Amino acid sequence: MAVDSVGLATLLVASVGAITWAIWRRRRDGRLRPGSHRGALASDELGVPLGEVATLVQFSTPYCQPCGPTRRMLAEICAEATGVARVEINAADQFELARRLGIRRTPTVLVLDSAGRERARVSGVPARDAIVAALRLLQPALSDER
Amino acid sequence: MSADHGSAVGGVDPRGSRFGAAITTVVLAVVLVAGPDSPLGIVLVIFQAVMFAVGALLGPRRHPYAFVFRALVRPRLGPPGDLEDPAPPRFAQVVGLVFAVIAIVGVVAAWSGLFYAAVALAFAAALLNAAFGFCLGCEVYLLVRRGATR
Repeated sequence: MAVDSVGLATLLVASVGAITWAIWRRRRDGRLRPGSHRGALASDELGVPLGEVATLVQFSTPYCQPCGPTRRMLAEICAEATGVARVEINAADQFELARRLGIRRTPTVLVLDSAGRERARVSGVPARDAIVAALRLLQPALSDER
Repeated sequence: MSADHGSAVGGVDPRGSRFGAAITTVVLAVVLVAGPDSPLGIVLVIFQAVMFAVGALLGPRRHPYAFVFRALVRPRLGPPGDLEDPAPPRFAQVVGLVFAVIAIVGVVAAWSGLFYAAVALAFAAALLNAAFGFCLGCEVYLLVRRGATR
């Protein structure tokens, strides 16, 4: 079989490109990033009252496999913490809200403070420690109690 | 909203989809190296398009590659950890089918650039899924919506 040299070159470029991108993504995923400053979110936009300490907002879409495990993890964290509200938003239904907040992929989790300001965000399945650390920052008194 | 009902209702072993993506990666790599002018390349791209179509229509459990997985690989593995919702891998098959059809159009119309681009993208998506467990639906859904509403 003769080798198509353009095809071979395309294969190499595609492989290197995909792997490079995946490594970059892996580094970013699950980690806290600074919150975007696109204005505070209000309870009526989220559909739930803001938490006294924090609110965790998960954006999901259809066909999003990691969104289920993310939901479960956030639910566990909320069950153990006090004053932390949680809401899941379907970015396909609430497309304008997602666009305004710069949500490009799912799952994306926003950590809001008690005033609804976005203090941090995580793309991909969040690392549990990252969410806990963000919550601790918003209520330092908690970490002194243990 | 895609509810997390995968483990309760019709959940599938996620390793089957990833194994299928690995087969797809190899097939599409051969398609690229064979090229749009070779009988092997043409036969394989049509074959992979048919595979995508079966996966899109019947779902991941009845994908031909899943049968290979169950026959050759599954017996050597322990039970699955979590089961997954079949909708996301099925969506990925639909996307793959679209690219494979575009590649075939490239062959038929002798627009080889279209062929290389479409096969390369499908290859990259399959590679990312097989090697990194990357979720195509998570990435593409909002981008497509964004493009459609502009």
